[in-house]
Amino acid sequence: MKNNLTTTSRILVAFASGALVCAFFLPVWRIDLFAPQYPEGLMMNIWINGLSGDVEIINGLNHYIGMKHISVDMFPEFKFLPYVVGFFMLLGMLVAITGKRKFLLWYLILTVIGGALAVYDFYRWGYDYGHNLDPNAAIRVPGLSYQPPLFGHKRLLNFDAYSFPDVGGWVVVGASALAFTVWFVEWYRHRKKTTV
Amino acid sequence: MKHTFFKTMLALVVLTASFLSFQGCKPKGAQSAVSGDAAAKAYVAPGKYDEFYNFVSGGFSGQMSVYGLPSGRLFRVIPVFSVDPEKGWGYSEETKPMLNTSHGFVPWDDLHHIALSVTKSEHDGRWAFGNANNTPRIARIDMKTFRTAEIIEIPNSAGNHSSPFITENSEYVVAGTRFSVPMGDNLDVPINTYKDNFKGTVSFIGIDKTSGEMNLSFQIATPGINFDLARAGKGKSAGWFFFSCYNSEKANTLLEVNASQKDKDFIMAVNWKKAEEYAKAGKGVKKQVKYAHNKYNESTHSATSEIKNEVLVLDPKDCPDMVYFMPCPKSPHGCDTDPTGEYIVGSGKLAAVIPVFSFAKIEAAIAAKNYDGEYDGIPVLKYEAVLHGEVQKPGLGPLHTEFDGNGNAYTSFFVSSEIVKWNIKDLKVLDRVNTYYSIGHLCVPGGPTSKPHGKYVIAYNKITKDRYLPTGPELTQSAQLFDISGDKMKLVLDFPTIGEPHYAEAIPASMIMKNSQKIFKLEENKHPYAALGDNNAKVERKGNEIHVYMTSIRSHFTPDNIEGVKLGETVYFHVTNLEQDWDVPHGFAVKGAANAELLIMPGETQTLAWKPEKAGVYPMYCTDFCSALHQEMQGYIRVSPAGSNVPLTFSTGTNLPAAKPAAATTAPAEKSTTK
Repeated sequence: MKNNLTTTSRILVAFASGALVCAFFLPVWRIDLFAPQYPEGLMMNIWINGLSGDVEIINGLNHYIGMKHISVDMFPEFKFLPYVVGFFMLLGMLVAITGKRKFLLWYLILTVIGGALAVYDFYRWGYDYGHNLDPNAAIRVPGLSYQPPLFGHKRLLNFDAYSFPDVGGWVVVGASALAFTVWFVEWYRHRKKTTV
Repeated sequence: MKHTFFKTMLALVVLTASFLSFQGCKPKGAQSAVSGDAAAKAYVAPGKYDEFYNFVSGGFSGQMSVYGLPSGRLFRVIPVFSVDPEKGWGYSEETKPMLNTSHGFVPWDDLHHIALSVTKSEHDGRWAFGNANNTPRIARIDMKTFRTAEIIEIPNSAGNHSSPFITENSEYVVAGTRFSVPMGDNLDVPINTYKDNFKGTVSFIGIDKTSGEMNLSFQIATPGINFDLARAGKGKSAGWFFFSCYNSEKANTLLEVNASQKDKDFIMAVNWKKAEEYAKAGKGVKKQVKYAHNKYNESTHSATSEIKNEVLVLDPKDCPDMVYFMPCPKSPHGCDTDPTGEYIVGSGKLAAVIPVFSFAKIEAAIAAKNYDGEYDGIPVLKYEAVLHGEVQKPGLGPLHTEFDGNGNAYTSFFVSSEIVKWNIKDLKVLDRVNTYYSIGHLCVPGGPTSKPHGKYVIAYNKITKDRYLPTGPELTQSAQLFDISGDKMKLVLDFPTIGEPHYAEAIPASMIMKNSQKIFKLEENKHPYAALGDNNAKVERKGNEIHVYMTSIRSHFTPDNIEGVKLGETVYFHVTNLEQDWDVPHGFAVKGAANAELLIMPGETQTLAWKPEKAGVYPMYCTDFCSALHQEMQGYIRVSPAGSNVPLTFSTGTNLPAAKPAAATTAPAEKSTTK
């Protein structure tokens, strides 16, 4: 019994992994662009399986500096990301069902690895998008690149770019945080028990 | 000698002093009329929005202009009855049919009055209607696009002045003819047979509840008098329409004298609900006429013009209880119903009083047949029987009246150049304020509705004289904004207007701005010549016509090089703006085009017809500064002699036919074809 999660913890882990279903119905990331000519802002929403928002308008503007045409085709990730999220949901449910604290730890380690890979992948795309420019672009500034911010704010020519999780992304962050908290509380309680 | 000198000096001093005192007796300058906080009241800070839209008639400009209140800033001139080369209105192939009439293409008119659509006599922010005073027409403007959506011509009418006033739920807009004219088969009659051959009409144009589409429902034949202005009733009087008329003398020459003989002319009261019943019951006679009905389709981005041939005419002789005359002093002009619908204010241009009629008394007089004889077979109600009362000594030359919803009326006086505020119930004058100069119409936001928004009254003046920096003999027209939130009207702002403003309406910005359309969706573009994407751009020859299916997107045209056009052929540039972004129109112009430019909104397709007269290479370019590389948005079209064998080719980004290795292209090669 001592290495098992409490019922409350198991419910919370099940809830956290169940909450990941939001990622299928809500955008996970958003990039907002503001410029003098766009006080109302342009927005691109990134979903686990596609894009939405003012993508065509952003493409129209970015072609001047030779950036690639953003389209769903340029992201192979959209093909397998839904399965990855599904896998994590399933795994979380299994942890809740088995109720092993050790499994929860492994689940969290996998979550950290998955998250790190996602961040790296997003960075890699942003680097390519911002650096790999059409040599025939109308505006070419030697040495200047336009890599969008990974997280937070960055000034790109006349645009202020903001990159933050969207609603779906915040749900994922919240769910992960919940799972971590559950593990930490369980670990703390267990340690107390063993030391007493 | 000394004495003489002294006396002369004394005389000079006295003379100068008296002259100076005469100077002091001259009226004070107009500037003194402004109070200290006027600037703050009209100030709308940069980037902030005005509280009201003001839709102002353009008079002889034929257009409708849109201002913000209280700033008086001009936002847009909506082309309606006159061509507008700046916007391609009346020049593009798509818009030409909008100006078609039974007289053919008419490039100009005179727009006098505005009627905003209403539901339960309150603004609903859907459509604005305007009248064409010269070649009788009514236009409907869509408040989502601020564009003219429809124009209908009015047959059996000449000078559509008494128009386009609207009923309580926008069932009808009306069109009363200013000129009576000969009607029927024999139109070629001596003018001096006016009394026998000339007739008037008032038309009721039905409005579709959902689409707003207009349809000439019926006309009422009237004696040969002249209709001036009109208003629908409201509330209990909503089933009635009141038309002011002059020239009951039936003069056909020197009207300024001959139509001013009688002590009283009329306000014609029409029970339009009853007229509607008669029309449905088949009491009318179908008359052969000819009139144009023009509609703009927002999915094909094109107008169509249909000539219609029939109108249903109701004769009051066959339709009892439909039309009555009420005597009204001296050539009434304005004819305005108060927010409750109980009071009808007549304004005899030459009268010394303002008569106010009571709807309750009108109903009672009709029930009691309290008549003062007939006029051409139509019962004339007794003046005293229908009169609520007269405003005594209001001013000189009353014209129009608006209302503030607090029981007050505001009447404009042309001759004494002032606005007079008075109480409707007790008819007491409360305040008066000068206008600079000679006010015509006036406008209180929501003034003609059952729920006026009040706050301001705007004067639309006929004369500006010394109010602005002079610009030669032709001076600007102007409006003046007065704050009416207190007991006293206070002048806040002068602002210049386009054309000559007549009637105007103002509506809260919140009712319009949220519906304002930003773009036309490309996927809804059903224009037969639209190229929905650079890959669909092409050039085709059909007989002696060349059709260019052209696209524009920041910052190139596709195609931008065209060869193979021959003299004698007409080139149709069908330009589709592929942008789907707010406020990115593209323009199009080609050298030597004998019409105008195109101004194409995002997602829209517009066509410019061009008939080159000489062989050569002609430049074309984007006229609306669209991007940093707007200047580069240009191209060429080559025209060869009639017998030439230059093949029809087109391209963008690559030379076709190829001249040299395509090494220096800056954009990816577009689809190129040879025909």
